[in-house]
Amino acid sequence: MGQALLEINELAVSFSTQGGEVQAVRGVTFAVEKGETVAIVGESGCGKSVTAQSIMRLIPEPPGRIKNGTIHMNGKDLASLSEKQMRGVRGKQIGMIFQDPMTSLNPTLKVGDQLTEGILVHQKISKNEAKQEAINLLNLVGIANPEERLNQYPHQFSGGMRQRLMIAMALMCKPELLIADEPTTALDVTIQAQIIDLFKEIQRKTGVAIIIITHDLGVVAQIADRINVMYAGEIVETGTVKEIFYDPQHPYTRGLLDSVPRLDGDRTQKLIPIVGSPPDLFSPPEGCAFAARCDYAMDVCLSHDPEHTKLTDHHYTKCWLQDKRAQKPF
Amino acid sequence: MAKKLVEVKNLQKHFDVGKGKKLKAVNDISFDVYEGETLGLVGESGCGKSTTGRTIIRLYEATSGEVVFRGDNVHKIKGKKVKEFNRRMQMIFQDPYASLNPRMAVEDIIAEGMDIHGIYQGKERTKRVHELLETVGLNSEHATRFPHEFSGGQRQRIGIARALAVDPEFIIADEPISALDVSIQAQVVNLMKDLQKDHGLTYLFIAHDLSMVKHISDRIGVMYLGGLMELADSEDLYKEPLHPYTKALLSSIPIPDPQKEEERKRTILSGDVPSPIDPPSGCPFRTRCPDAMDVCAKERPVWQEARPNHYVACHLYE
Ligand SMILES: Nc1ncnc2c1ncn2[C@@H]1O[C@H](COP(=O)(O)OP(=O)(O)OP(=O)(O)O)[C@@H](O)[C@H]1O
Ligand SMILES: Nc1ncnc2c1ncn2[C@@H]1O[C@H](COP(=O)(O)OP(=O)(O)OP(=O)(O)O)[C@@H](O)[C@H]1O
Ligand SMILES: [Mg+2]
Ligand SMILES: [Mg+2]
Repeated sequence: MGQALLEINELAVSFSTQGGEVQAVRGVTFAVEKGETVAIVGESGCGKSVTAQSIMRLIPEPPGRIKNGTIHMNGKDLASLSEKQMRGVRGKQIGMIFQDPMTSLNPTLKVGDQLTEGILVHQKISKNEAKQEAINLLNLVGIANPEERLNQYPHQFSGGMRQRLMIAMALMCKPELLIADEPTTALDVTIQAQIIDLFKEIQRKTGVAIIIITHDLGVVAQIADRINVMYAGEIVETGTVKEIFYDPQHPYTRGLLDSVPRLDGDRTQKLIPIVGSPPDLFSPPEGCAFAARCDYAMDVCLSHDPEHTKLTDHHYTKCWLQDKRAQKPF
Repeated sequence: MAKKLVEVKNLQKHFDVGKGKKLKAVNDISFDVYEGETLGLVGESGCGKSTTGRTIIRLYEATSGEVVFRGDNVHKIKGKKVKEFNRRMQMIFQDPYASLNPRMAVEDIIAEGMDIHGIYQGKERTKRVHELLETVGLNSEHATRFPHEFSGGQRQRIGIARALAVDPEFIIADEPISALDVSIQAQVVNLMKDLQKDHGLTYLFIAHDLSMVKHISDRIGVMYLGGLMELADSEDLYKEPLHPYTKALLSSIPIPDPQKEEERKRTILSGDVPSPIDPPSGCPFRTRCPDAMDVCAKERPVWQEARPNHYVACHLYE
């Protein structure tokens, strides 16, 4: 394997707040290859969005600050670029889709104008060509009657159509990487199914790599090639979709999988919740951040932070149970 | 089969939306809830689930139709019986952040209903609050704290303790876990199941997460655009869905199992849910239905028992 499309190394991001410093992301390392889909999963507040926003350099600074780490896109470190240089990357090399489409659509501008303006910023083509390009984009994301739609305002679109529009805008300049932060969470399941299908189709057609952030393990099972499981600002396990679903090694990953009911599951089987709640990121615990909630915690887990252990080429986990001296509980 | 606790008969709830237009949030639905069961209510956003729950518990007057609770028409109850009704039927809300008064200590939140109904006073009241906190997996030290000191899952437990405080028989839970993290959802669902067993409770469980609804419910009703499309035993609904909408809904739900997802055949619906202000003629689902026929635009299908204990409103089965 040559150079990855995106390589994040030891990323650490903090926010200074009245209560102190929130260590939102604490040493995250992962890569994304061309054309693949990487999912980031984990509980609310574990640092998924902050990781994504750091790649786009959209962390509000202050109060936020990238304290450590590098973010290489095609070999160039985004973490060291100026805001002006970064504007050339945003939209052009990396497109981003947010949970709430209205946050990135301008409600006072016709959809067509928003699209063509965006296209013209990055491409030296005529207005008419840009309009044609906009129509192609709407076709690509499955919006019917694109010519009419160009003359409408975002509020005249339904939730699912707005999300399609967002995807169209993110694809405007043919980025190599698409970051989608909870792209379907606000949508109904029948619409979610349409959007996930759309992601797959777009990837097939354009070869774009995707980072998808979600807490829905079902969505992950449908779309991801690889999965990063985040907990309290760290990646605690990473692997291919099959490794994570069929051979999870971190107790937190196992906990996540056991706590959700399955449509094809047995009703009489009790769900196994993860007890307690995640730690405070003002003062993360000294040892493993999950130890306080972990059924398998040993003394060492409370005092010493575990290292990442390599299990296969893609499968890594950050857990003391992997230590040769530990007894395997599962 | 068990006794009927609640009977919903041809219930309608329409909202005035100006210019003489009406929004038919709940449009002629009928179903029963049996004593001790959990009836799940699912459907997409805006299909009328919350309005159904709120009309049953009398937060809304009904536009027409009736709700019968233990023989009494809920919307006609008067005088002393009102208080008694309010005690027996309780509601748990979706948002654990908005539904608890931030200025009240946890014990006063939980005891509010007991105070209103004049049950449990003084030392008894404190004892009862402590018991309830323990029942929902918190502890008595939490009594003097305030809502903002709790996590989402803990707040939802406080909401459940509040509902339980007055010894209800029937609890309407409107998306009680939607705002919670998956690992916390399981805690709350397990708690609700245990409480049901111990206290003989009956639930109307409203949610849009069909996997969770199937896990907790004995029977499930599927709503679409104000109407009830299908109602059946949970297993039957999953194994043998009759209505094309139920089929599409089931097939849209991702299963956390990559192998199964790869092998699965899926029906993906096109288009969006139409506006409830201007719903389609005939069957409300016909504009997205893969099996729509001419008759579907002309007549609204009747609600009928197509298989034993399996109800559906669809022309395919008439
Ligand atoms: N602007 C900010 N100021 C202060 N703290 C912040 C800010 N943005 C994020 N945080 C904190 O950083 C941590 C990680 O937040 P993040 O938004 O990445 O979580 P997440 O994993 O995306 O969660 P969710 O699933 O709820 O979206 C949280 O503790 C959050 O409170
Ligand atoms: N007080 C109200 N006034 C006017 N319209 C209302 C009112 N309450 C609900 N509606 C409308 O009635 C319809 C049904 O709403 P309801 O809240 O019952 O849906 P729901 O199935 O609970 O949806 P969700 O899953 O989003 O909670 C919607 O179109 C909604 O906009
Ligand atoms: Mg987020
Ligand atoms: Mg609702």
